Amino acid sequence: MHIPDGIIDGTTSAGYAAVAAGGLGVALRRTGAYLSEREVPLAALVAAFVFAAQMVNFPVIAGMSGHLLGGVLAAVLVGPAAGFVVLTVVLIVQALVFADGGLSALGVNVVDMALVGAVGGYAVFAVTARLLGGIRRRIPLAAAVAAFLSVPLAAAGFVLAFAIGGTAGVSLTKLAVAMLGSHVLIGVGEAVITGVVVGAVMAGRPDLVFGARRLGEEVAA
Amino acid sequence: MTIEPRTKRFVLGGLLVAVVVAAVVSQFASLRPDGLEYVADQQGFADNTIEHPAAGSPLADYGAGVTDNGVVGKAVAGLIGVAVTFGVGYGLLWAANRKRRGAGT
Repeated sequence: MHIPDGIIDGTTSAGYAAVAAGGLGVALRRTGAYLSEREVPLAALVAAFVFAAQMVNFPVIAGMSGHLLGGVLAAVLVGPAAGFVVLTVVLIVQALVFADGGLSALGVNVVDMALVGAVGGYAVFAVTARLLGGIRRRIPLAAAVAAFLSVPLAAAGFVLAFAIGGTAGVSLTKLAVAMLGSHVLIGVGEAVITGVVVGAVMAGRPDLVFGARRLGEEVAA
Repeated sequence: MTIEPRTKRFVLGGLLVAVVVAAVVSQFASLRPDGLEYVADQQGFADNTIEHPAAGSPLADYGAGVTDNGVVGKAVAGLIGVAVTFGVGYGLLWAANRKRRGAGT
């Protein structure tokens, strides 16, 4: 769902870029406040893994594929602030090195995938984990549910950007139906990948999963 | 650096997985348009796309132009991408972490 240049107008893109830059500043400050030194390489690994996984488009329906967004995956593993930073790094590298995602559209993509995908997705995860009883064993399931919902959520974020500054006169209702319909299907793939990866890390090194530590504190409190 | 050996092993193992996904599994990726591209075609705003200024670079589209061999090109692009995202992420987060600790050691 990397938006290329030319789809969202310049003024709107500049506004989104300002929000994205401000968000990155806040995210870096918050990350510095909780991420320990040993977690820095872990968060960098999450960035590398999300980049890698985004290269693997999976077929969804005839004529359409999807790929991991990775926001919920990153936020559950390293926390929402570091998750925002991780997704932003991936998007910057993709736009600057691989010409994937527009340059003027970078801010819109960061807001859509890092802010909505990782930070918004983590909020959905936190609520879901609580609804599932706050049980550690159910963390991969909660992550999968949040991952599923995060994809249509990010798609709605695109529709909003298009409503504000879209360069083509298309029906917003039709656009919303098409974006949400297609991305609900892609969300299934997002849920499977996120659930499997979070499950694997929980099985081997649950101490490295931010979402699990946070849950433990709440249960203990 | 106060990183326990088993965490170091976890990171190295994870990087190995990322390299395999980016260089090998990516070879089997679907070539169909992704969700946004599909909707853009369907709703008729794909034509508004302005070509990326670096669209002609060797790494554009994940290595299409690195060599004549698409498999090698994609593998090289995947390796570079994993290395660059890890390096940039490490640097940025390390700096954020160091700043909190008062730019000490």
